Formats: sequence, C-alpha cells, structure tokens
Amino acid sequence: MSKISIPTPLRQYAGKQATVEVKAGTVAEALTTLVSQHPDLRRHLYTDEGRLRSFVNVYLNDEDVRYLQKEATPVKDDDSISIVPSIAGGRCDFGFHDPRLQHDHP
Amino acid sequence: MIASACRTPMLRIARTQFDEIRRHSEETYPHECCGVLLGQMDQETRVVTSVARCGNTRSDSPHNRYHIDPRELIRLQREGRERGEDIVGFYHSHPDHPARWSPTDLSEAHWIGCSYVITSVEGGKAADTNSFELAGSGEHDKRLIDEKIDLG
Repeated sequence: MSKISIPTPLRQYAGKQATVEVKAGTVAEALTTLVSQHPDLRRHLYTDEGRLRSFVNVYLNDEDVRYLQKEATPVKDDDSISIVPSIAGGRCDFGFHDPRLQHDHP
Repeated sequence: MIASACRTPMLRIARTQFDEIRRHSEETYPHECCGVLLGQMDQETRVVTSVARCGNTRSDSPHNRYHIDPRELIRLQREGRERGEDIVGFYHSHPDHPARWSPTDLSEAHWIGCSYVITSVEGGKAADTNSFELAGSGEHDKRLIDEKIDLG
C-alpha cells in the first residue's frame, strides 16, 4: 500500500484524514482510488474536463511527477504521494500568471 | 465550510513569532519574504506554535512575487506532524506596498481555511502586519477576509 498525504484544506473531504492508504500501480490509479473513496475531493483536485488542476502539485516521495512520468508514474508499496496546492502570490496586481505555476497535466 | 455571519476569524500567535515574521520581511527587503505558519486549530482560531522561513523561488521577480517550493512544504508538513503540528497559514511581505491582499494573492491562494499574513515594508522597515483567512468552499467562491491577530 502507498500513502497519500492530504493537505490541510482538503482533509474535510477525506474523512478528516491526514493520510489515506491506497493500493495502486501508478499515480493515476492512486488518485483515482482516492477520489472514488472520497468523491467530494474530485472537484478540488480535477477540472470539469478531468484534468488535474494547474495549482495541484503531486509528488512521489520527493519528486514532482511532472518531471517523472506524470500520472503514469509507477508507484510501489510504501511510496509516499503528496498532494500540495501551490503557495504563491505577491503584490503584483497586473493579473499576470506565471506559466511555471500553470503546468498542464495531460 | 460556510463562514457564519457572526464568526470572527482569528489568528493567535506569540509576540516573539509575530516579531520574527516582521524581522524576516526586513531582512529580505526589497524582495518579498515568505514562510509557513504551523500549529493547530482551536475551534475557529488558528493557533501558531511555530514559524518556518522559506525560500522565495521567484528569483525572476522577487520584489513583487513569491512562491514556495512544494518540497519545502512537504518537509515542513512531515516535520510538523511529528510535533503534532499542521500547516495553519503562510506569510509574505509587500515591499513598499500596503499590507493588503492583491488580486494575485487571491488568485494564487488555494489553502482554504488557512491564514495568509502580509507585512508591508516601507523603506526597509516593517510597517503593518495584517492577516486574512482564505474562506469559501472552493476555487469558485474563495475570498480573503480580514482576520484578527491575537498576540497571545
């Protein structure tokens, strides 16, 4: 089983759990299992088109899955998956959004 | 979570930690500083028990933007959990700009239920420090609302 770490703001949709254990072979399977067990999480993690929201970072152990095989990244038992919404901002008020903060998740 | 009309959001933080946030903002001037607040919820109050400085990865525009590396958050969350702490908020500074949230601050805030603390730094000296709760139930209705700071 691998563990998915749930960030503070989403725990209310995951039975108030800080971690959820799932059996999965890939990151995609792990997240699919997570939202099937806790359906209220889906709209917070995914767009209406079924893509991971751009501000949702997913890490496998200490690696951003964008730089691995994205959601196809293999997962082993005892791996740790972290869901980490972005932390950013600043006084800039031009409405400019840094493309680095809006990676596309296929 | 729906905010009650009668609920007054509050952040409780020790004076020493409050001063630490402000000191950090002066040290990084004219760039924005950033960091994480750890602690627990006490009913509707976020209680800070430790403050963690973070690096600002926006080296391209540090005078008006900040971004915290998610790996720092993962580490802080893991270490905090060992101490019985959760992430309860974040702080950053506005060099020569009011301690009020900007449209960018709101659009890039996603930790609903957490506090966002902002310090204005004028000419290198910390001026105002204000706190805001990110309220709402999701991206569609999120808003930053004024929050009282209790220096307890």
